[in-house]
Amino acid sequence: MAKFMSLFRRSTGSRELRRQPLFTGMSWLVLVFLYAPIAVLVVFSFNDNRSVVRWTEFSLRWYAAALENDDIRRSAMISIQVAFTATVFSTVIATMAALATTRGGVYRGRAAAIALINQPLMIPEIVTAIATLAFFSILRQLTGVTGIGWLILAHTVFCVPFAYMPIRARLSDMSVTYEAAAADLYASPWQAFRHVTLPLLMPGVMAGAMLAFVVSLDDVIITLLVAGPGETTLPIYILGQIRRGVTPEVNAVSTILIGLTVAMVTLTFFLQRKQK
Amino acid sequence: MSSATHIPPTDAATSLHAAQAARARQVRRTRLFLLAPALGIIGIFGLFPLSIALVYSLLEPGTYGGVEWVFSFDAYVQFLFERDIFDDTLAFNSAYLQIFGRSFGLAITTMIGTLMLGFPVAYFIAARPPEQRNFWLFAITLPFWTNLLIRTYSMLLIVRDEGFVNLMLMKIGIISEPLEMLYTDGAVLAGLIYSYLPFMILPIYASLEKFDFSLLEAGHDLYASRTQVFRHIIVPITRPGIIAGCVLVLIPALGAYITPELLGGGKKLMIGNLIALQFGSGRNWPFGAAAALILMAVVLIALLVSLRAGAPKEGGHG
Repeated sequence: MAKFMSLFRRSTGSRELRRQPLFTGMSWLVLVFLYAPIAVLVVFSFNDNRSVVRWTEFSLRWYAAALENDDIRRSAMISIQVAFTATVFSTVIATMAALATTRGGVYRGRAAAIALINQPLMIPEIVTAIATLAFFSILRQLTGVTGIGWLILAHTVFCVPFAYMPIRARLSDMSVTYEAAAADLYASPWQAFRHVTLPLLMPGVMAGAMLAFVVSLDDVIITLLVAGPGETTLPIYILGQIRRGVTPEVNAVSTILIGLTVAMVTLTFFLQRKQK
Repeated sequence: MSSATHIPPTDAATSLHAAQAARARQVRRTRLFLLAPALGIIGIFGLFPLSIALVYSLLEPGTYGGVEWVFSFDAYVQFLFERDIFDDTLAFNSAYLQIFGRSFGLAITTMIGTLMLGFPVAYFIAARPPEQRNFWLFAITLPFWTNLLIRTYSMLLIVRDEGFVNLMLMKIGIISEPLEMLYTDGAVLAGLIYSYLPFMILPIYASLEKFDFSLLEAGHDLYASRTQVFRHIIVPITRPGIIAGCVLVLIPALGAYITPELLGGGKKLMIGNLIALQFGSGRNWPFGAAAALILMAVVLIALLVSLRAGAPKEGGHG
């Protein structure tokens, strides 16, 4: 019967045309390709055995070992310190810039301003990394200032465009009528921003902050070159361990990092979708 | 009498005008205040350091890293020639050219690979009903945010001699000895495709998102074959997305550091590793800076070409 009906399918050709059976299969394969390696890492981080191919028994021993490892704890604290500070700075800066580039109409230089804000995304990270290192080495010498502030500054710079994207998207979707209404009711620009724009913008700001945090927490190349002695972040520690060989503790720490990222990105995703 | 009736409106007009001008000034001042931190921090610590890198590339290397403030063009000469330490003559040396060549080869192959894999996925997602699209988009975006180092490491875990891929192949009986996949160009390529695939899928999807699939039917009704429909309807529609995707994959693939470092085992150097090496144990900052600037120049050329290619074609099909 189904076969017989299919003789008449010609009339609903668009359904048939848009469905490319080959593409469906490929898409699922690509999904497997994207997730299989991570899945192997995550699953075997719970393996009692050191192996990442032969499963013996479920165990949290590598997590316990990782949490007791002083180097891991220290580098995790540094990562959080850098990511948190860079996130606060970059989110404030990006929110201000997003307001200036979405409100107040089109003006000369707006496109150039947006291009400059997105500049860190347009250049290979390794180039940014060595240019920053070169510049900071001069500044360190001239000012005599050392410390983790330089690393935080470098992170803030590349976090700005990531924080900026969702905030700007949220602002351009938001109608200006609320702000106009507030102005009509004699709210000062600051009051209108504080009591009308900011609460409406909050999901975008949160999304931006989370992306900035994730990007800072994940960074390897810029940190590798710019970080001073004793400023080892978690990814730099992990890289060092991987270079020496595969260790189960690294699998456990990596899984924790993946979990954190997935949680934050999922939250961001829903924050951005709610408005629509 | 007439002047008496005329003065008040003029007065009002000028004061209105003055008020407007004051407001415009206020708006401009606010805008400047809001933009200053972003433009300042990115301008000073993002854009300006590139010119420092240019200066560094024209200096002599310091003994323990850093630079000597002596003008020298050596960093660029070093690319093509090796200076004999005894008689100071220059001999042609293709080692660095080879590294550049390998990087381009790998980056372009990565671009083609991600396009072959990414296009069908983007098309498939766009053809889904809206509620399924979100699932797929989320599934494709999530790895993009996951730590690149950890993703590369997970790739290393499965392509090792004792990794999953070899285990599976041996179980099925295709091979009896583990294949040496790690530390080959193939492993680096797989890692690069794995890393940057989402960059290709998302822009192509974006160009198809609003596409009216009934146009395909229209083409079909006009006796266009499947390949003709594809060539004359789908390709022109997705052109901007494909170009954007190619640029987004090519730029990071050219400058890749982690992937060749872990999957190429330091033997299969790419430009990114060469640059980092000069600022590390190589202790030749000018040479590293010069390599970085050459990479930058190539990226800029790629961007310009993509802009030209992205411009709507006059006439022809489309």
